Amino acid sequence: MVKPMLCFLSLLCLGSAALAESTSKILGTSALSQLEGASGGGIVPWATIGGYGSEGEWGAAASISGVQVDDFILDTGTVLVGVNNRLELSYAQQTLQVEELASGPFDAVIQQQVYGLKVRAFGHLIYERWPQVSVGLQQKYNQNPNIAKDVLGADSDQGTDVYVSASKLWLHALGGRNVLVNATARYTNANQIGLLGFGNADGSDYQLVAEGSAALFLNPHWAVGGEYRQKPDRLSSVDESAWWDAFVAWFPNPRIAVVAAYVDLGTVALWDEQRGGYVSIQITN
Amino acid sequence: MPELKRTLSHLCLVSVLMLTACAGQTKPDETLYQRLGGLQGVTTIVDNLLYELGSNEKLIGFFAETDIDRFRSKLIEQLCQVSDGGCEYTGDSMAQAHSTMSLDQSHFDSLVNDLIAAMDAAGTPVTAQNDLLSRLVPMYDEVMHPQRYLETDSPS
Ligand code: HEM
Repeated sequence: MVKPMLCFLSLLCLGSAALAESTSKILGTSALSQLEGASGGGIVPWATIGGYGSEGEWGAAASISGVQVDDFILDTGTVLVGVNNRLELSYAQQTLQVEELASGPFDAVIQQQVYGLKVRAFGHLIYERWPQVSVGLQQKYNQNPNIAKDVLGADSDQGTDVYVSASKLWLHALGGRNVLVNATARYTNANQIGLLGFGNADGSDYQLVAEGSAALFLNPHWAVGGEYRQKPDRLSSVDESAWWDAFVAWFPNPRIAVVAAYVDLGTVALWDEQRGGYVSIQITN
Repeated sequence: MPELKRTLSHLCLVSVLMLTACAGQTKPDETLYQRLGGLQGVTTIVDNLLYELGSNEKLIGFFAETDIDRFRSKLIEQLCQVSDGGCEYTGDSMAQAHSTMSLDQSHFDSLVNDLIAAMDAAGTPVTAQNDLLSRLVPMYDEVMHPQRYLETDSPS
């Protein structure tokens, strides 16, 4: 999974040099690619439209990321295109690999595909008084229904998340630095973002959850921040808890962004205290 | 309870990260104008900006008919005024100055990028850059939608 993605990234890197002059957004405002492929932080989608395409332009981004916690690894490859700073289409391929010894009743691998759509409804991240507000969809297909449904008792192997995000970058906000704040409300029936299926024995069981991010730009190239993602806990077979991260992001130029984070995924399926690291590289055209 | 403890420790981590930003505070009685380097600093920023615009294919066309000497001196005056340098801006209102351009967000973004590059080249500290940008950004609506302002401004 990671190797083809790396090749793809380097291809994109080469390609992006040719397309480089056509985008205008301010450094950092493409944001990063979150786990489900949308422009955002590491785990939370933001109201940002991915890529550096401003009005009348388009931008694209691709990323690979890895989460390694005590008992499993989650690799993700994503691509997105942002059009007119208005519309974002994204795709993510996730591979969860349970460490051999811990695997218990699970297959060693769970895969999921996520197709994303996001539309900026109104506002602008920096220029307007109102925050930028976007509405998004994430259509998820879990590739291992035997685990999700048969073993864990989920209702389905596919589901749709709907979310609304509001993001604002305040200039000169804290010690003279710029601060980004994001709040997201998500309506979802996914268990562990869908990796453990959707809904439970009682049916689809959608729930509204809250997610948030805050980041401080030390300068245009470096940001530090944290994220929180509330999770439903609807499977009776296993527990689920909120996710946290604390991250450092580096935007050396508009072509590349690198993020490293400490993540705390809490209890995931049979394993509690799942903490570890997250690294992601994003290439932008 | 352990959940709460963990939550608190996360919040602490985030706030410690945030506090590190407060370390480089500036002297309270210094104006932004001074932090930009006074008249010399602002002049350098504007000259650097003109240089950036000169090679900006997206924007250069807008300046084809512009009296650059006037633009330069009015912009210096305006940056001096918004940064509390004690100048009085004597140019056109932002709505008047941009009334015939029908700019879109990509033009605005592109100009902000050029201004940041101009300030970088002038050695303007990041916090002063952010401060200046935060004082210019409120003019966005007037620059982008001049018609709204000209209608209400026009003497009847
Ligand atoms: C907050 C953002 C902006 C500020 C503070 C600003 C400021 C100014 C000032 C002070 C002038 C001189 C007015 C006068 O001659 O009396 C001016 C003129 C001009 N501005 Fe802007 N401007 C902004 C955004 C833009 C953008 C995004 C463009 C896009 C290309 C632009 C293009 C021009 C042009 C072409 C002129 C010259 C007009 C002429 O030939 O008379 N400005 N601007």
